[in-house]
Amino acid sequence: MLTKRIIACLDMDGGRVVKGVQFVNLRDAGDPAECAAAHARDGADEIVLLDITATSGKRNTMLDVVSCTARCLFVPFTVGGGIRELSDAEAVFDAGADKIAINSAAVTDPTLIGKIAARFGSQAVVVAIDARRVKAGSGGFEVFVAGGRTPTGRDAIQWAREAADCGAGEILLTSMDRDGTKAGFDCELTQLVADAVSIPVIASGGAGSPQHFIDVFRDGRADAALAASIFHFGLENIGQLKRELQAANVTVRWPC
Amino acid sequence: MSMQSGGATIAIVDYGAGNLNSVKKAFDYLGAKIVVTPQPETVAAADKIVLPGVGHFSALSGLDNKGLRDAVLEGASAGKPFLGICLGMQWLFEGSDEAPEFAGAGFFKGRCQPFPSSVKSPHVGWNSLALRQSSRLLRNVAPESFVYYTHSFQAPVVAATAASTEYGTQFSAVVEQENIFGVQFHPEQSWTVGLLILKNFCEL
Repeated sequence: MLTKRIIACLDMDGGRVVKGVQFVNLRDAGDPAECAAAHARDGADEIVLLDITATSGKRNTMLDVVSCTARCLFVPFTVGGGIRELSDAEAVFDAGADKIAINSAAVTDPTLIGKIAARFGSQAVVVAIDARRVKAGSGGFEVFVAGGRTPTGRDAIQWAREAADCGAGEILLTSMDRDGTKAGFDCELTQLVADAVSIPVIASGGAGSPQHFIDVFRDGRADAALAASIFHFGLENIGQLKRELQAANVTVRWPC
Repeated sequence: MSMQSGGATIAIVDYGAGNLNSVKKAFDYLGAKIVVTPQPETVAAADKIVLPGVGHFSALSGLDNKGLRDAVLEGASAGKPFLGICLGMQWLFEGSDEAPEFAGAGFFKGRCQPFPSSVKSPHVGWNSLALRQSSRLLRNVAPESFVYYTHSFQAPVVAATAASTEYGTQFSAVVEQENIFGVQFHPEQSWTVGLLILKNFCEL
């Protein structure tokens, strides 16, 4: 049976992991290759590397990081952050990524999705969507870009459908309301998107306990869940999270 | 992981359908002697052949466009160990409904079909292998091991199916017949299980 995926995310700034996990026995907790390898050993089903570097001048650093990280990593490896055009995506794939994630660039030009998919296959294109609840009027969820800060006036569910139609392989859906709060994923948002598209949906933003993962898989109907700070839940490692999920009858890849 | 296959050269066929880097990386890690090539002569000179591939079934037309089809077929028919990965495995069948105009190699009977509408497509993620018969490619692979899939079309279960996976239907995860091997999943993205399978291929 297809398992629910636990995806470990590394946020990178200037080639270093930031706001991440405190591993024991790592020579360098800021080194992305070491962190990625440690997560994979612990049982992460996939690794995502997100470059949140503000200045674009550090792109070459990022490509070096991708190469080093990919070299000994044999689980799916997705890289996102600052990919604006096909040539950016080509460079990232060349460096060793299995998939790329695009966000603002896809909202600006949805044809970019199809261009990358035509060259590398839809399975290699993840469209990341940052969304916030609309407080006024009829509610709903609005798409934000530029690191989740700039409103677009677009409906998140509709954009997810359009991205899927344009050739996206997966949707990486982040609730900006929940991100960093450890109050749980936004299951309502996740379920609306999961029901709207036939491609996999990865839930992101708000993970704070194993119960949150159980909820987003069951109520949110997510196919995968992403988190950066697994250890902050008082869990020892991803294996412990997966054992708790199994105890709650969520099908996961464990042991692995 | 150490290698015992001596100097056997493995040609990874480059016909323009992506994901070569991941496959090359895995064989490099295993210490195999590999050459990534679009040249029919180089494929013909190699001891073993790997046919990767992601994306649309029609991308396999790159084999014809680059004059590679004959070299690949001859190598496989001559008894060289041959491993098809993802699209590369689907090519071993008669064809795929994804691109009806393009013929597969026909080593195995049947066509690749979409998944039933009862499940989401594509099939993406880790799913388990139900081992059906003894297999050289799957030597030491534990029953129900998880491997990583990402595909929209699936090959039917046939007599040569060494392992199957369940997703809306039972489909061929691994086919194996004499020197011809195919895996629907991506061993290069399937952690230690995947590396073990590739190592077994190297040591044939």
